[in-house]
Amino acid sequence: MTRLLPHPLLFLALLAMWLLLNQSVSPGHLVLGAIVALVASWTLSVFRMERSGLRRPQAMVQLALRVLVDIFRSNLAVGTIILTGTRGGGRAGFMTIPLDLRSQGGLAMLAIILTATPGTLWMNYDAAKGELLLHVLDLVDEEHWTTLIKQRYERLLMEIFE
Amino acid sequence: MTAAPDLPAWAALLVAFLVVAGAAITLIGSAGLWRLDSFYARVHAPTLGATLGTGGILVGSMVCFSVLESRFVLHEILIAVFITVTTPITLMLLSRAALYRDRVEENPEVPASAFPETEPPSDPR
Amino acid sequence: MSALSASAPWATLLLGAALTLAQVMLTAAMALATLRILRGPRAQDRILGLDTLYVNTMLLFLTLGMREGSQHFFEAALIVALLGFVGTVAFAKFLMRGEVIE
Repeated sequence: MTRLLPHPLLFLALLAMWLLLNQSVSPGHLVLGAIVALVASWTLSVFRMERSGLRRPQAMVQLALRVLVDIFRSNLAVGTIILTGTRGGGRAGFMTIPLDLRSQGGLAMLAIILTATPGTLWMNYDAAKGELLLHVLDLVDEEHWTTLIKQRYERLLMEIFE
Repeated sequence: MTAAPDLPAWAALLVAFLVVAGAAITLIGSAGLWRLDSFYARVHAPTLGATLGTGGILVGSMVCFSVLESRFVLHEILIAVFITVTTPITLMLLSRAALYRDRVEENPEVPASAFPETEPPSDPR
Repeated sequence: MSALSASAPWATLLLGAALTLAQVMLTAAMALATLRILRGPRAQDRILGLDTLYVNTMLLFLTLGMREGSQHFFEAALIVALLGFVGTVAFAKFLMRGEVIE
């Protein structure tokens, strides 16, 4: 099983991509897409990616909704900063956050979430110390951002990936 | 006004709203790229266009073509997934390159002491 | 059925106006990104402007596709997004090391 289909999730994602690109679910495209996805996932197994088991679909849905809400909120916040030119007493700056999250998949996910929400940018992660260097556009107080990231994202990500 | 597809009124209103909202958010993002005063502040601005701006126009396009062709046209999801995954990578690489350049020049604006051992990433992979 | 479910001339007119407005705004966004490329001041600012320009161009293609009612613009938009990603990554690598291929 593992040798035939090294990354089942990747296989499904590639198959879905093929079907979307061809805009068809005909049996011919299903077979062709499955072949392409199978070969591609064999090829990618050369890279020996860390196999991340995903758990708790409920937590995944919760995280997705949370991120969606936060994207809307931070778009509004950053848009206000750009249009009014004020920073609400805050300033742009760097800060470090100690992370407990260790799995590569979880860290990659956190990087995407933090960078995709306007206003926060993942700069660097020190794997030895487990510290994250973050750039924040509206750095009112560091405590606020630390608790936000640890409570809101990291806990759920640790449930899903670890 | 020039050509526009013939949609039912509800779809036309929805698509018009989504497209204008997406374009306006993208414009605000690009305005931030112009207005904000330092590189590290400017990096945050294009994310507006890459998240909600792209999202609005893509959903508008999906609604438009789904109604126009009376079937689900969902391949815009591909662009959405692609932009969501790649924008963080480009911004992260770019800001790390900028950080590295500023550290080499010992620019006081960036934290040099936070990771004294951090050098240009020498990841062998 | 109600007036909302039928296609009406005013709705088509409104959609046309909305698409024009969106295209004007996206063009303005592209102009701002171009100004940032021209002004700099440093290489990383110019690359950031180029990346934004790519995303804005992709969105302009999508609105053009909606106006024409043609899905061929989708492929163009996908390719623009792909090229923008690869280009920006190559530039960022160049900034970090001074060479793209080692």
